[in-house]
Amino acid sequence: MVHNAPAICHPDGLTQRISKALGKQLLSLREAHDEVHFTVTRASIADVLTQLRDDFAYQQLMEIAGADYPERSERFDIAYCLLSVTANHRLTVHVTTDADHAVPSVCAVYPSAGWLEREVFDLYGVIFDGHGDLRRILTDYGFAGHPLRKDFPLTGYVELRYSEAEKRVVYEPVSLAQDFRSFDFMSPWEGAQYVLPGDEKAPAPPAPPPPPAPPAVEKAVKAAKPKSAAKPKAAKPAAKKTKG
Amino acid sequence: MEHSYVLAVEKLLDLEVPLRAQYLRVLFAELTRICNHMLNIGAHVMDVGAMTPNLWVFELREDCLNFFERASGARMHSAWFRPGGVHQDVPLKLLTDIGEWCETRLPKLFGDAMSLVVDNRIFKQRNVDIATVSKADALAWGFSGPMIRGSGIAWDLRKSQPYDAYARVDFDVPVGTRGDCYDRFMVRVEEVYQSARIIKQCLNDMPEGPVASLDRKVVPPKRGEMKMSMEALIHHFKLYTEGFHVPAGEVYVATESPKGEFGVYLVSDGSNKPYRCKIRPTAFSHLQAMDFMAKGHMLADVTAILGAMDIVFGECDR
Repeated sequence: MVHNAPAICHPDGLTQRISKALGKQLLSLREAHDEVHFTVTRASIADVLTQLRDDFAYQQLMEIAGADYPERSERFDIAYCLLSVTANHRLTVHVTTDADHAVPSVCAVYPSAGWLEREVFDLYGVIFDGHGDLRRILTDYGFAGHPLRKDFPLTGYVELRYSEAEKRVVYEPVSLAQDFRSFDFMSPWEGAQYVLPGDEKAPAPPAPPPPPAPPAVEKAVKAAKPKSAAKPKAAKPAAKKTKG
Repeated sequence: MEHSYVLAVEKLLDLEVPLRAQYLRVLFAELTRICNHMLNIGAHVMDVGAMTPNLWVFELREDCLNFFERASGARMHSAWFRPGGVHQDVPLKLLTDIGEWCETRLPKLFGDAMSLVVDNRIFKQRNVDIATVSKADALAWGFSGPMIRGSGIAWDLRKSQPYDAYARVDFDVPVGTRGDCYDRFMVRVEEVYQSARIIKQCLNDMPEGPVASLDRKVVPPKRGEMKMSMEALIHHFKLYTEGFHVPAGEVYVATESPKGEFGVYLVSDGSNKPYRCKIRPTAFSHLQAMDFMAKGHMLADVTAILGAMDIVFGECDR
């Protein structure tokens, strides 16, 4: 470990003590990059945080961060970043959920969770059970969708402008003056597997040979061949005529 | 502040930063702190009725912004901290000017401005015993920075979880006794002097040497090097087209920003772009507590409460 990020010293045996205390509520434990991450069952999150606050002195909930992994069955990951001021230690507790299953709210455990949960609800659409005031907090009134989901388009669905005719700000569907371009920053020079912009006229790379077809199909292909060969010939002179 | 972000990237990469770069970062983080407190202190006293101190401390803020400009070319949002170090070295004249400023102009002008405020009868009437926050409340509501220190908890990430060169410098952590708006204000006033102290130590102790990691897979080479070395040219090309890949993993890195704990929750999937980067602004937790802090007070006290919270909305809602 040579980095200069905030130094956190882990007390001996703390993770074992916590995982023992959590018992069945604990699903997995990850220790990586000098940090400890617990994943617990969704239903138990309020109990787990109460236990961590009262028995292990994690007095502060600093952050609730959502993350979206669409390939998972429970696509949302919610990370509760806890801080112990007395033990000088940080801990992250995770739960997973999807758009249909509510996560128990932890507002009763940490009052600071109120806005943090509203933010996760706003950006990901995760529902917190027992929150009391689960409204959007960052996006506009009447906003549709949850902007940090991976399937939410980068441009959004609506754009707003001041309408001189109506003397107010109006919403309209997004209209892009230029097509949205998705750049490949991964390895643009290492043989891209797609047609590069401006390269459309270059001869296409030879298609891989088709898999050997069963004999019955082969005959049908042979029969069809002369027709398909004749078509482009007929098309060419016509194209010349239009040019001249 | 980009400090948390670059530290998070470095933590995922496990990248070492040269000592000079660590000192430069601490130096400019403290200048940022002074810069921020000048804005907040000035705005706070103006909100409760004083005009002159604001004009004076804004001169100091202007000085700080000029220092940023001389180091990075930008007055704000300088993006001068980079993963691996800082973007470029500073001229010696800038360092001597900062040192001279900390010795002469800052204590004089700031001292003058504060002499008008701290014992002022009106200022005290507007702030003392307003929005008193107990230690337990400060913890429960996720306070940090001057807000938690104003309530009497000596909690400072620069001390308790030191990063960069903070373990090498000596400074005091001021705390309040009553947890009211006046305490929070005075904590900031004292922090300005402590920041100046840290800056002076940085200037004295800063060694010569590289200002960014020499790991060419992360930090691009200098222009002069590229004229001579094919390898440097290739590294430059790779870094400015593809960037660098950060190993998969997730970290939460928090630093002591002027307003409090500024955290970055960074998830990497091993590619050259972050999969998730969540900024934890300080003001979000603090502003949330506005409701409980303002209970039972007059409407006119809200300006004092808000001023002592140090809310900037660009940070709050990102």
